[in-house]
Amino acid sequence: MYDLGYSRPATLAEALELLQQDDMAQPLSGGQTLMPVLRARLAAPSQLVDIARLDELRQIRPIDGGIEIGAGMTHAEVAAHPVVRAALTALAALAGGIGDAQIRHRGTIGGSIANNDPAACYPSAVLALGARVQTNLRILDAEAFFAGMFATALEPGEIVTAVRFPACAEACYLKFRNPASRFALVGVFAARLGSEHRIAITGGGNGVFRWHAAEQHLDRGADIDSLDAVPLDLANFTGDIHGSAEYRLHIAKVITRRALMQMAGQLT
Amino acid sequence: MSRIELRVNGRDVEVEADGRTLLTHALRDHLRLTGTHIGCDTSQCGSCTVHVDGKAVKSCTMLAVQAAGCDILTIEGLANGRELHPMQAAFNDFHGLQCGFCTPGMIMMAVDIVNRHGRPDEATVRAELEGNLCRCTGYHNIIKAVCAGAERMGEVA
Repeated sequence: MYDLGYSRPATLAEALELLQQDDMAQPLSGGQTLMPVLRARLAAPSQLVDIARLDELRQIRPIDGGIEIGAGMTHAEVAAHPVVRAALTALAALAGGIGDAQIRHRGTIGGSIANNDPAACYPSAVLALGARVQTNLRILDAEAFFAGMFATALEPGEIVTAVRFPACAEACYLKFRNPASRFALVGVFAARLGSEHRIAITGGGNGVFRWHAAEQHLDRGADIDSLDAVPLDLANFTGDIHGSAEYRLHIAKVITRRALMQMAGQLT
Repeated sequence: MSRIELRVNGRDVEVEADGRTLLTHALRDHLRLTGTHIGCDTSQCGSCTVHVDGKAVKSCTMLAVQAAGCDILTIEGLANGRELHPMQAAFNDFHGLQCGFCTPGMIMMAVDIVNRHGRPDEATVRAELEGNLCRCTGYHNIIKAVCAGAERMGEVA
């Protein structure tokens, strides 16, 4: 790791001031991605501004029609939280399946979506549920927040402070794990909000995206088995040593069907 | 260099280290607590698992300064004098180790699992040990040891 400074400001205002004064400063939340990146010398920030313990980012509360999760809440905390488990069972299950137990004790929802790893789990839930991302400056729709692999709409000095999810009883996240790394080779978050079906796919390689054609197909009342014939653009997928783009596309279709069946109670 | 105040195995200690010093290096190189192992450089193997404020974390994926003011428990802090912790004793009795390299991380994780799940079933133990790798592939006896250790911890409490 290159040498760097570290500070742990006591308030969000102080943290933002530090980040705004120094273009090369990097906010540090749970660090479960950032630490490996720093150790591999893939990044060289001048300083880390530790925001993990800020009270302003550390709450989960019910809001009108849904829940608000502070950016600093760990995956373990989200997975175990009674409010999340009641309003968004699928989200609690997703959080409880990220990485491993040690990582879930430190990794945070804000850190995960701000990093927007193309194989991360959380972005699919944020996109499928149409969650809104609160930053210190503004509120962004999920569609406007994610901007492709490792890219978001966040400006320098802007951080995620909370994510607002609508409550949703009909939702399911399933992932097909890479057998070695256990990362999502492909993950699918399927949900039904009112009469609208929403399907977000992660792990394709180019960043999280929605399978609009399948959503419209289901909205028209088509059954799950007929999804195979619905077009899914190969350009959303990339190949690597773990699987070709065609393989990932195939898995995405299979996992989507399974997630929908599980959502409908046809598969347990 | 900065002065970092930690509480390790119930003792208040100070470490003089760079901002970039990992918790695992502070424990091993500065405090000579070499029971916490470093098995990979990629946050995957779990050999460096310690408890920070009661939760199992990978000490290679955290800076020492991030742990300032925290309560840290390492494998050296588990036994009561010469009397092994029930989980350590169970690993001994069930041959839950072969080369032993992954064992400190396995035991620290096992205690964390019991703290959260009480007496977990085998499937839970297997799922919860996902972040700990054993290159000897000695998982079968490790699982047995964790289940037995959980029973014994329940009896002590």
